[in-house]
Amino acid sequence: MARRYLLEFEKPLVELEQQIEQIRELARDSEVDVSQQLLQLETLATRRREEIFQALTPAQKIQVARHPQRPSTLDYIQMFCDEWVELHGDRCSSDDQALVGGIGRIGDRAVLLIGHQKGRDTKENVARNFGMATPGGYRKAMRLMDHADRFKLPILSFIDTPGAYAGLLAEEQGQGEAIAVNLREMFRLRVPVIATVIGEGGSGGALGIGVADRLLMFEHSVYTVASPEACASILWRDAAKAPEAAAALKITGPDLLSLGVVDEVLPEPAGGNNWAPLQAGDVLKEAIERHLDELLSLSTEQLREARYRKFRAMGRVLEPSTSESGLTA
Amino acid sequence: MSLFDWFADRRKGQFVGKVSQESDESDGLWGKCPECSQVVYRKDLLANASVCSNCGHHQRIDSKERIDLIVDPGSFKSFDRDLSPTDPLGFKDRRAYADRLRESQASTGLKDGVVTGTCCVEEMPLALAVMDFRFMGGSMGSVVGEKITRLVEHATTNQLPLLIVCASGGARMQEGMLSLMQMAKISGALERHREAELLYIPLLTHPTTGGVTASFAMLGDLILAEPKALIGFAGRRVIEQTLREKLPDNFQTAEYLQDHGFVDKIVPRTQLRSTLASLLRLHGSQPIKAAGG
Repeated sequence: MARRYLLEFEKPLVELEQQIEQIRELARDSEVDVSQQLLQLETLATRRREEIFQALTPAQKIQVARHPQRPSTLDYIQMFCDEWVELHGDRCSSDDQALVGGIGRIGDRAVLLIGHQKGRDTKENVARNFGMATPGGYRKAMRLMDHADRFKLPILSFIDTPGAYAGLLAEEQGQGEAIAVNLREMFRLRVPVIATVIGEGGSGGALGIGVADRLLMFEHSVYTVASPEACASILWRDAAKAPEAAAALKITGPDLLSLGVVDEVLPEPAGGNNWAPLQAGDVLKEAIERHLDELLSLSTEQLREARYRKFRAMGRVLEPSTSESGLTA
Repeated sequence: MSLFDWFADRRKGQFVGKVSQESDESDGLWGKCPECSQVVYRKDLLANASVCSNCGHHQRIDSKERIDLIVDPGSFKSFDRDLSPTDPLGFKDRRAYADRLRESQASTGLKDGVVTGTCCVEEMPLALAVMDFRFMGGSMGSVVGEKITRLVEHATTNQLPLLIVCASGGARMQEGMLSLMQMAKISGALERHREAELLYIPLLTHPTTGGVTASFAMLGDLILAEPKALIGFAGRRVIEQTLREKLPDNFQTAEYLQDHGFVDKIVPRTQLRSTLASLLRLHGSQPIKAAGG
């Protein structure tokens, strides 16, 4: 099995894990009963891990969210669906590998599944463009969502991107336009849309498949208006202030729950979803099915009205206490 | 170069230097075009919609000047003028967001970065939003999002065509994810306006970037832009870093976007009002007097 990739703040756990490993090997070769010792060490390691993961700073959460072994869109699809057909292409000129989609069955329901796709290693990441979708990716997503709309398939969207791709070709092909159209058209959809931030939600590139009836987020996922690195270099004039920016931007699940952006924060095991991917799959599947049951009980009109109202309510403004300037007159 | 030319240049250079010095002292009676360095009498510049008569450079204008350029005199009725921003995250970088807000409010006389309302253009009614770049770079936070959304809803309810003059660096980072969500909120309102088969025209002015480009700026039935305006999704520097190669000189200009099919028409500012009126007429707008009877 491949060695687990450890994050910098997990280093205190390394020694403990090594000890556990040594004792296990020892036990394998001899008749000595070490179960008591092992149990003790494992309990200790678990407690340490829990302590560390309960106290993660926003900057550390970003590292967990970007963990190379964190379950990806295709991993969840594998876990959820016995039947799954991946579909390709934007019907203009491209098939973006950073934004995947297809039709599958979850429980007894056929659904459309779309999401950003990162790679596990450098080679895969190059092929997947590090999960940064091009305009073709957003158009492919919209084409598939239109298809779902026609065939009454609920839409499950998985968000995991550092942001929409910034490049010459992306600008030429209208990155802004592609995302903008998705934002508008997703309000028109007559089927339920559930979006989940499974890793990192980077700005407009995340929102481009994120206009949903329910927005779920894993405990250690983050969702940002701008990457903390960019924010730090613009506002602090110093990219090294990214950890400060990460804290100031309020990017974690609980923060976004209290700001009314996110509907539910899904728990992760200590160590993060990369530690127990199957458990993460179970948690997400349960949540998705629960929300789908709710949403499918609504009429098309109720569904669209509720989606509109949900986003309509976002933002914080100060109404003047004095007489209103006759808006709805 | 002939000796005569040399003298002429030299004289011109001295003239420019002298006047620009004077203009500092005489409270902006004279201005210098940032593009061609031509010195112009400020009144003449204003009379020409702040477009340089020498090189055609479109100087940045504030929301008030923009509204005056577009609407029939006295026809603008503003909405939600006192809707004010809050500091939902308690945001502080090198300076506190609250301080930046106070400063922008004091220098612009606005509560936030967009002015919205209804007006008439050649007696045809229009819902109008104008972003003001002076207010924190025209960035979009909750107030900008809310005011534009309310305007779009008003336009839908009252069957009005809609013009949004864009000038923005994108989503306002100091309000975090609430700013990003304004992109969706406005796009949702525009979907209803579109469903009602009403005309929406964004005018992209210098600069229109980031989250504004990735939402309402690109959602027009027709998209207009000002000459040479910078329009793009990602910043030039970011792209240069990714690509490590030089970008074309006209990259992300209005002209470049038109060449790539994302802008319907580049409209010089001096022709803006007549072009708008023409488009409104061609889409069935009637002068209020004639229609109202």
